[in-house]
Amino acid sequence: MSFSWAKPYEPKHPVMRWLDDRLPLPRLVYGAIGGGYPVPRNLNYWWNFGVLAGLFLTIQIVTGITLAMWYYATTDGAFNSVEHIMRDVNAGWLIRYVHMNGASFFFLVTYIHIFRGLYYGSYKAPRELVWMLGLVIYLLMMATAFMGYVLPWGQMSYWGAQVITNFFSAIPVIGDPLRVWILGGYAPDQAALTRFFSLHYLLPFVIAGVVILHIWALHIPGSNNPTGVDVKDERDTLPFHPFYTAKDGWFAAAFLLFFAIVVFFAPNWLGNPDNYIPANNLSTPAEIVPEWYLLPFYAILRSFTADFILPAKLWGVIAMFSSILLLFFLPWLDKSPVRSGNYRPVFKRFFWILVVDVLVLGWVGGSPVKPLTVAVGQIAATYYFLHFLVILPLISKFETPLPLPNSISESVLHGEKQESAPARSGKPGVTTVAG
Amino acid sequence: MFVRGLKYLIGLGFAFVLLLALFTGIAGYVKNPPVPLPQDEFHLPPKDVHFASDGPFGKFDNRQLQRGLQVYSEVCKACHSLNLVAFNDLKQIGYDDAEVKAFASQWQVPDINPDTGEASTRKGLPADHFPSPFANDVAARAANNNALPPDLSDIVKAREGGAAYVYSILTGYQNQPAALLQKFPTAKTPPNLHYNPYFASLNIAMPQMLHGGEVTYADGTPNTADQEAKDVAAFLVWTSQPDINRRHAAGIAVAVFLAFASILGFLAYHQLWDEAKRSVRLTGPLDPENQVKRKRASRKAGVKG
Repeated sequence: MSFSWAKPYEPKHPVMRWLDDRLPLPRLVYGAIGGGYPVPRNLNYWWNFGVLAGLFLTIQIVTGITLAMWYYATTDGAFNSVEHIMRDVNAGWLIRYVHMNGASFFFLVTYIHIFRGLYYGSYKAPRELVWMLGLVIYLLMMATAFMGYVLPWGQMSYWGAQVITNFFSAIPVIGDPLRVWILGGYAPDQAALTRFFSLHYLLPFVIAGVVILHIWALHIPGSNNPTGVDVKDERDTLPFHPFYTAKDGWFAAAFLLFFAIVVFFAPNWLGNPDNYIPANNLSTPAEIVPEWYLLPFYAILRSFTADFILPAKLWGVIAMFSSILLLFFLPWLDKSPVRSGNYRPVFKRFFWILVVDVLVLGWVGGSPVKPLTVAVGQIAATYYFLHFLVILPLISKFETPLPLPNSISESVLHGEKQESAPARSGKPGVTTVAG
Repeated sequence: MFVRGLKYLIGLGFAFVLLLALFTGIAGYVKNPPVPLPQDEFHLPPKDVHFASDGPFGKFDNRQLQRGLQVYSEVCKACHSLNLVAFNDLKQIGYDDAEVKAFASQWQVPDINPDTGEASTRKGLPADHFPSPFANDVAARAANNNALPPDLSDIVKAREGGAAYVYSILTGYQNQPAALLQKFPTAKTPPNLHYNPYFASLNIAMPQMLHGGEVTYADGTPNTADQEAKDVAAFLVWTSQPDINRRHAAGIAVAVFLAFASILGFLAYHQLWDEAKRSVRLTGPLDPENQVKRKRASRKAGVKG
């Protein structure tokens, strides 16, 4: 699709030729994930996580459809139907544990995928839409995961639904009616459970649709790469198949090994024990915590403890949504023409501070509310906003990037020589202009 | 210009509100420091205890599970239900059909009298689940000083610490330490409660049930309180996760398969890529290794940098 040297599809088998003439589906697949898609030859293993995210989406859809064959979305049947699946349905425990942990692993690989994009500047022109579609997928994932967590109708399901839908009541004037409208009642009950199940079944297919747009938009400019330098000619790329299918293939097997170890030997490690207690609207759990992948945002929400013009709760909700929405503006917040953090010494430092900051926020979000954790959360949340809205724009103004290689193939063939050459030795072929 | 400055304004605005909250929090902390609670200091993490089903190769010890079933049936069942377990499930822990049938018939399960339509009970059948000791939660609370004895089917999955927690609660009863009363004179354990440092609030409604000697084991295992607690905890691991034997066996097969597949896949990948002649690590000038080399080269060439 993207480069003039991309190999066009040539059917080898008469049946494929027959099909291709009538419905060019083989051509589409060949151009998207076959030998017809040229990929920069220098991708490192951080580039494997997009494919893994697609793999986990598939696992979630397959196991989810299977679970839905046994699950009852009723307030008095949901908890027991999940237990029935785990105890009496053939291999039910396996399907359920894969689905439950699959959600966590889907988020894990997606987070690595997002941070890879942040480090290597994959959100910059001409890939802004790839980035923004990715964020849409991420938002849909969060909505799907939240509603999925409500379905077993355990204590955390119920009280998580209470807390999350309570966000809406912070909105002035329309807040309370809006919350009642969303829940179909004053508190999570049968109406909420039924609609959450309906949407939980629907949204993954919406995600799959946006994934297609995400990949489509990606294939116009082609993949970014660790140097951030644009692809210049055929020497810079390798066909996706067999080179990247082989690389993604073995890495997927290795990553699934890691997944299998959790599923088979520590299936409840990432979950909250309270969710094995049936929902009880009269008994609030000591600590209401979301699943680990939402903890940083939960920490931001809880960090706003003081009223200032607006009530603290409204500040928290605005900040929590802003913390994700601001990422949509990232291509215009970071204006540095250099994409890759490998060539941006100041950016690189702050990138790692951000990584630590988000981990700290996650820790705070999962800890009981104590004066110290709240204070740490407030400092970490402050840094989060300053990083994206103040520090990043300033860095891109004042930073002097390091010389970039002329091309990907040059960096592959001579890169190390140049990158370890004496400073300011003025080697020929090194430019300071971004590709 | 205004639009360009907007991002700084928003960023600094959030930072301002957060720092305001931080200073308000610090001021509040200084003015009214939080009052320490007895459980902050005297609550203990679960004891270190091991079961045959622990670890990736763990399998249930059926004889221990059978002893645990005996403890449940003779002690715990007076107050605690086991709703999610059917008598038939006991075949998984080493009983045969006849034994399950005989065991089930010792229990009375709720039914409806076919002649009058009134509630009645009948002898249990293998397909029945363990019957609850109380008709409903209200009856259970009424009989237990308003404390609800939890259903035990999922208890190991439903408590932080799992089986070790169950074992620690059962064996953790003690007199309230003098140091606690000295420091928190108002925290004396109330009459209907019992001091147990493994319980989150330190005072639990359930009295100590296992003192040793509650059951007589047919296999001659000593019936100490510790042994009974361990056996019933092991039994409750099974009721919570009856899949452990199958899960561990399948897990090892899957792990071996995937390890083998990854190695083969990796070798195939390497062979393929060697032909593409990609030999250099691509990490850029900020790679520490490249930085060290550059420094060394710079020193050698006499260039500052």
